This record gives sequence, structure tokens and C-alpha cells, in this order.
Amino acid sequence: MILALLRRVAPIVLIAFVAIAGPVRAEPVDDALALFATDKFDDTQKGVEELAKSGHPGTADILTALAGGKLFFNPADRMIFYRDASGTLRDARYGAPSTVDAATLKTVRLNNRLRRVVEASLGSADLISPDPGKRIGAAEAIFKSRDQAALPSLDTALANEKDTRVKQAMEVARAAIIVTFPGASDADKIAAVDKIASRADQEAAALLRSLPADTPEAVKTHAEGAVTTIEHKLALWAALQNVAYGISLGSVLLLAAVGLAITFGQMGVINMAHGEMVMIGAYTTFVVQQVIAAYAPGLSEGSLLIAIPLAFLVAGAIGVAIERCVIRFLYGRPLETLLATWGISLILQQTIRSIFGPTNQPVSAPSWMSGAFDVGGISLTYSRVAIVVFSLMVFFALLLVLRRTSLGLQVRAVTQNRRMAAAMGIRTDWIDAMTFGLGSGVAGIAGVALSQIDNVSPNLGQGYIIDSFMVVVFGGVGNLWGTLVGAMTLGIANKFLEPYAGAVLGKILLLVAIILFIQKRPRGLFALKGRAVEA
Amino acid sequence: MQKLFGTLAKTASTLAAAAMVAGGLNAAAAAEDTIKVGVLHSLSGTMAISETTLKDTMLFLIDEQNKKGGVLGKKLEAVVVDPASNWPLFAEKAKELIAQDKVSVVFGCWTSVSRKSVLPVFKELNSILFYPVQYEGEESERNVFYTGAAPNQQAIPAVDYLMKEEGVKRWVLAGTDYVYPRTTNKILEAYLKAKGVAADDIMINYTPFGHSDWQTIVSDIKKFGSAGKKTAVVSTINGDANVPFYKELGNQGVKATDIPVVAFSVGEEELAGIDTKPLVGHLAAWNYFQSIDTPENKAFIEKWQAYTKNPKRVTNDPMEAHVIGFAMWVKAVEKAGTIDPDKVIDALPGTEAPNLTGGTSVMLSNHHITKPVFIGEVNETGQFDVVWKTDGLVPGDAWSDFLDGSKDLDSDWVKLKCGNYNTKTKKCGGQAS
Repeated sequence: MILALLRRVAPIVLIAFVAIAGPVRAEPVDDALALFATDKFDDTQKGVEELAKSGHPGTADILTALAGGKLFFNPADRMIFYRDASGTLRDARYGAPSTVDAATLKTVRLNNRLRRVVEASLGSADLISPDPGKRIGAAEAIFKSRDQAALPSLDTALANEKDTRVKQAMEVARAAIIVTFPGASDADKIAAVDKIASRADQEAAALLRSLPADTPEAVKTHAEGAVTTIEHKLALWAALQNVAYGISLGSVLLLAAVGLAITFGQMGVINMAHGEMVMIGAYTTFVVQQVIAAYAPGLSEGSLLIAIPLAFLVAGAIGVAIERCVIRFLYGRPLETLLATWGISLILQQTIRSIFGPTNQPVSAPSWMSGAFDVGGISLTYSRVAIVVFSLMVFFALLLVLRRTSLGLQVRAVTQNRRMAAAMGIRTDWIDAMTFGLGSGVAGIAGVALSQIDNVSPNLGQGYIIDSFMVVVFGGVGNLWGTLVGAMTLGIANKFLEPYAGAVLGKILLLVAIILFIQKRPRGLFALKGRAVEA
Repeated sequence: MQKLFGTLAKTASTLAAAAMVAGGLNAAAAAEDTIKVGVLHSLSGTMAISETTLKDTMLFLIDEQNKKGGVLGKKLEAVVVDPASNWPLFAEKAKELIAQDKVSVVFGCWTSVSRKSVLPVFKELNSILFYPVQYEGEESERNVFYTGAAPNQQAIPAVDYLMKEEGVKRWVLAGTDYVYPRTTNKILEAYLKAKGVAADDIMINYTPFGHSDWQTIVSDIKKFGSAGKKTAVVSTINGDANVPFYKELGNQGVKATDIPVVAFSVGEEELAGIDTKPLVGHLAAWNYFQSIDTPENKAFIEKWQAYTKNPKRVTNDPMEAHVIGFAMWVKAVEKAGTIDPDKVIDALPGTEAPNLTGGTSVMLSNHHITKPVFIGEVNETGQFDVVWKTDGLVPGDAWSDFLDGSKDLDSDWVKLKCGNYNTKTKKCGGQAS
């Protein structure tokens, strides 16, 4: 009986004891946590530092939560909570799941200075993370902060490290500390300089350039030598980078222009509404993403792939409608065509503006298209590389359609000699509509790609129309290969001019160069020869 | 038969005449019962992205005021025109509003070039323009009231913040190639040099409107930022070009902790079109943020979202400028007891109106207003967390103190009756270079 009573009472007594003892035994960690609840950046920073010193077992979890904006405080009782990776709300002091109402909590705010402090503190904790990516990240963070306090933990981590890539990153981080470490010998420091120089990138050069004033002379001269070597390498990479960026810009130009190469190049229609077809393709992507998000969230990674055929169909159908309703009455009257298509472009823009509103629409990138990777000294972004590949695919697919299908044959026949083609039984007006639809549809596909790098707004197309005409005229009207070479040439030339002349002047210089070139070769790079041209 | 036709014709014409008279009477009656307010914002073309919201804001404010009984016992009536992002058309539409529609005040314009285009019209026809957007300063006109920020209410405090809080030593001034970025950067360059920043540590870069290929420029910024000194970008990049710029920054891995970007033209509306996760920590300087937690702001956002029937509709700084400007105009008209432009212009300086961030803005004698300055960091939801603010309200300064030719100029429409009084020569009309 007494035993049973004791059993019942004991937990209550124990809880009461803990409840009393908790606040009484104010440990450093309590002081540190209290600093998070004041909603002041300076206090939060002190809190991070105190917490790191306290050796509290939950430190890494709390700091990770803080960095991710998932650390909260209750303004009423100043208790701190965090949300862990699985989304459970936990009490920061004891790590126990908490049932407190999340709506009453306020997020502990961060600014850039604090983010750096948190990253540096987390750096040492992540060094022993099982994820190699995290360990490299931690080494990078130490390389940047050069926090001497991190040296012991770095040494321990280095001794246990097996992965060579992580080891390399850690050694470089260690060298970054050693080079400014007061206790290190000159020989160690020179070795450290070499280690840093092995990175051969901007950050390494920056670090070596900004050595503190009290660095020994021998180390300084050695560092200067290393910087010069790095700079030579970087200059070489810079030229390669210009080519890479040029190809990337060229592929965007190619995508925008390849549809025009059909409507303007093959059919001779000065289509000012071409940019709007691109814009409609981009809006189709937006609508597809919205529908997928609403009805089939599982497909969101593939939304762009679904959008490609739909954008082709939507833009193509609008293109056919424009051809049937307006352009077919205006063949052979370029001035009227120009004015009419310009009017259509305004109508389309305003229609889209009325339906979707004038603001930019968010089109998200699938995760495999975000981020960048390094090739030597160049950093390339996945989205740009994807667009280069995609533009070439579109180009060759189009080439295949024109060369190898019966539609392509008929299109070429009508372009070369309309009357003869008609006499051979080709329905020329139907072919006209299909050709225009094909060009517009390809422009719609371009819109899917451009939605990844540009604004999806009603003005999207306007930015590309001039460039597209430039590419087609420069490359040679009526020649698809000319469009490819023209786009790449203009892209690369632009990127080489930009660092020297600036973006504005660079564009002007390029335009002048094209005007001069057209004077010399009015038919562009790859001129069509034969009777069709003279006709 | 002929007679019948004649009668018919006669009846028809009488009817038409009667209808016309009635219509005219109606119009006349309407004109006497209402006070007309002109709204001059582009609803099509490039600027529609920003200006359409301001048109909606004005309609909302007028609606609210009418619910309270209007002004001087009369209802307000909005007259909306669309200048279509076409600068000369702004002047034509302004003339139409003032001369034809007889509006008593105009709220409008966004770009500086559109404001410059309508100036002669407002001077000639003597009307009032409220201009709600941050601008480059170097102007003070009798007919214009500037409710947006002057450079000392946005650019200078932002640079101060970066110097003190982030310890920035190297500066990239990146802007779109037109008058606002060029003038602002001129002022900032002079200011930075006065603070002891070497010319080598300042990089200035201009890009065309709607620039979309930022690869080279972002990689240049990266290079410039790797010289071992803390670097920041001060961005006056306008409108649409911002989205690809930020996307490229995110893609090339330029994080706010390495190279923060502080923007003067990026607000909640612009961020609505992008995934802000890679941008967390980049900064913006404004006089208002939607995230500012005051009862006034909360009430305003609620009413605005109810009015637009869109619970996700964001608010931004130029909207708040219109809120303040409109409240000031209402007060000034009530104080003057008339809508006569001369009397309203005289009544406006000294008028106070609560802003949405908990303070009270005052219209100064130089036709600019006092405003608090906030620095906000982009967060994951596309809003801004305020990380710093000025202690009190900062009075707008029309003529920058850091430019030669402009630092001697003063503007005072109450005592001096002059927008560009030269304090050295003691003459009105000292022109800035």
C-alpha cells in the first residue's frame, strides 16, 4: 500500500524537483539560450558564442536550426525552441519534443554578420559529419573564416579523414590558418602558402594577397610569387570562360532565332510577333507548373518536359491562326506585314497582361537545373548548360524535319518555287500555314527554356525580337546553318567585348559591326545561291 | 410619306437634342458633386509591371475616402488614364487630365524621365502632381510633391549601414543605364570618396534596360570581390533586369554572406516572381516594408487584400508613398477649404500624415517629406526582415550635399518661393550642373 503510494507520488516529486532545480541551477547554457530571446542581433551573436563554449550536447542542432530560420523563442516566457530536420518542435534546453503552440513563437532573426558567425561555429561541428559534402563545406567555411580556434578540431578530423577530396579541402583550410598563425615557423608558413596556391582560384589569390602586415618577409615574397602564378592561370581561364559564356549566350540567341529562321528565313514574313510566341511558350510553362502543383505535385520535377510539347502546340496553333487570319492576305507586301504583325504583338502582350496581370510570374527550376559546377577555373551553371544542349537538340530536330520529312520537302519546294510546287500538287497555302505554325511552335519551345533564365512577363518577347532578326540576317536568310553560326558568333563576340567595352557599348559596337558586314555581304554569312534567290 | 419622314426626323432630332441636354446636365451635375482625382500610371508597356499596382492603390484610397464621406462634403472621382510607358504620351495624358477632365490633383509617374516629361504641363496649367517613387533628387518644383525617397533617405543610409555593420571596403555600383542610377551613383561615388574609399575600390557598371545575360558581370563582381577586402554591390538595377541578375548570383554561388547586394529598386512586388531561397540575406533599403509589424500596417494590408480580393497581394514602398501623399492632400484641401491649386500648394507644406510604420511624416517646405529609413534582408518567403532602421525620420533633401554645383542649392517654397536658391550668390535660379 505504502509502496504503491510512493510509486505514484515519486514521479510527481521528481518533476517538482526538476522544475525547481532547473531555474535555480543556472548553467552557462541557460544564460546563452536566454540571449536568443531578446530579439537583438548583438545578443544573438553573444548567445551563439556562449552556446559554442558551453559544450551543451544540443549545440549543433540548435545552431543548424538557427541557420535555417527554425529557432524560435516564446516572447512570453523567453523559452527557446527549435524544429529539427523531421519537423518536430523541440525544447532547446533538453531536446525533448514540445507541445507548445507554434503560432505563439517568434523566429530568432539573423543578419549577414550573424550568419557568418553561425557558419563558422557550425564549421567545427560539421567536420566530423558522416556526409562528405558537409565535411567539405565545413572545411570551406574554416578556409574563409580562418578561425584559429578551429585548428585543434581540424587536426583531429584530418587525422581520421579517409576521403581524398575532403582531405585536400581540410589541408587547404589548415594551411589558411597556419599562414596567419603566430606560433608557426616560417618553413611551415611557406609550405602552407604552396598548399593554398594549389587551389589556384580567386579565393586562394585573395587570401595570399591579404596576408597580415606582420607576416615574415620570406613568406610574403613566396606568397607574391604564388599569386602571380595563380593570376596567369586565371587569365587563361578567363579567356576560356568568355568562350563558354559566349556559347551560352549564343545558344539563347539560337533558341530565340531558330523559329524566326523558318518564318522570316524560309517564308520571308517579317514577323514582329515572333517574340510574343516565345512569351506564350513561357506562359504555357507557367500554367503547366501551376496545374501540376495543384493536381499532380509528384510530377513537378518533370514539368518542363511536359511543357515542351504543350508550348509547341499552343504557340504553333496561335501561329497557324495568325497566318490564316492575317498574314496570308499580305504575302508580297512586307511593309503591311510588318505593321500588321507588330499590331498583333501588341494585342498578344496586352491579352496576356489582362489574363495574368502585369507582374512577373514565378516559374520554378527543377532541382537538377539549379546550382553550378566547376571545370578548372570556370564555373558553369547547370541551367545554362542545359539550355546549350537543348538549343542544339531543337536545332537538329528542326533540321531533320526540313531535310528528311515530306513536310520539310514540301516546305522547301514552296520556298524555292511556289508555282511549280503548286503545279506538282502541293497545297501551297496549307504548307504556308504549317510552316508558319512550325516556326511559331519552335519559338514556343524557346519560351520554355527562356522561362528558366528570364522574367516570365508580358514583355519577355520584346527583348529578343531585335536580336533574333540580327542573328537571322547576319547568318544568311533562308539558311538554318547560318543561323547556328550567326548566333554563336554574335554570342561569343558579345562576351569578348563586354569586359572591355561594358554591356551597353558592347552591344552598340556589335550592331555597328553587323551593319558594316551587311554592307559588304547583303545576304549574310551563308547566302543561298541559285534561281530561287534571284526570283 | 414625305411628311411622315419629316416628322420622324424632327422627332428624332428633338429627342437627340433632349438627350444631349440631359446628358450635359448630368455631367455638369456630376462635376459639381465630385472632386476629380487624376491617376497617371502606365497600365501597359514595360512599366505596367510596377505602375498598375499604384493605380489600384489610388482607386483603393479614393474608395476608402468616399466611404468616410469624401472631401469638403463631395465625393471623389478617379479619372484613370494609361500613358502606356511612353514618355511623350505622359505629357499628353497629363494635359488631357488637367485641361479636359479638370482634375484637381494628379497622382502618378514612376520613372524620372516620365516625371520630367510632364513637368512643363503641370507648370503651364498650374496643377498638382504627387510623385511616389524614390528618385535621384536634384529637383524641386512648385507643382510637384515628392513622397518617395530622395537619395539621402535611401542610398546614403544604405551605404552607411554596409560600412558600419558589414565592414564593407570595396564597392560595386551596378545600375541600369539611365538618369536615376547614373545620378545616384554619382552622388554615392562622391560620398564614398569623401569617406576615404580609394578610386580603385569602386567599380561602376551600367547595363541596358531589360538586360538578361548577367554571366560576365556576375563573374566580374566575383573577381572584384576576391581582392581580400569585404565587398558589397549597391544595385540601382531597374525593374525586369533584376530577376535574371539575382538568378545568376544564386547560380554562381555568390552568397549574401560573401558579397551582399543592397538594392534600391527591388521590393516585395519584384521578388514575387522569383524563388528567394538563394537570395536570403541580400538587402534592400526602403522607407517601408510589408513585414513591418505595426497596427497601422496590419490594418492597411488587411484592407488592401480585401479590396483586391487577393489574400496574397503584396504591398510595397511606393504604395505607402501614395498613402501618405493622398492623406496629406486630403488634409491640405480641408485646411484650404477649396481645391484651388494655388491655395492647396500653399497649404501642403507643414501638413502631417501618419505613415504605415508607426511615425508621422511631414511635408517640408522643399516639397519632400520626412521618412524613416529601413534596411531589410530578403527572407525565404519573399519578404524582408528589417535589420536596421534610422532612429527618427529623415527629412528629404532635394539637392545633394555631395555633388558640386548642387551642394550650394537650397529649396524652400514657403519663405524663399524658390526651388533652387543658391546660398552663395543669394539668388534664385542657381542651376545645378
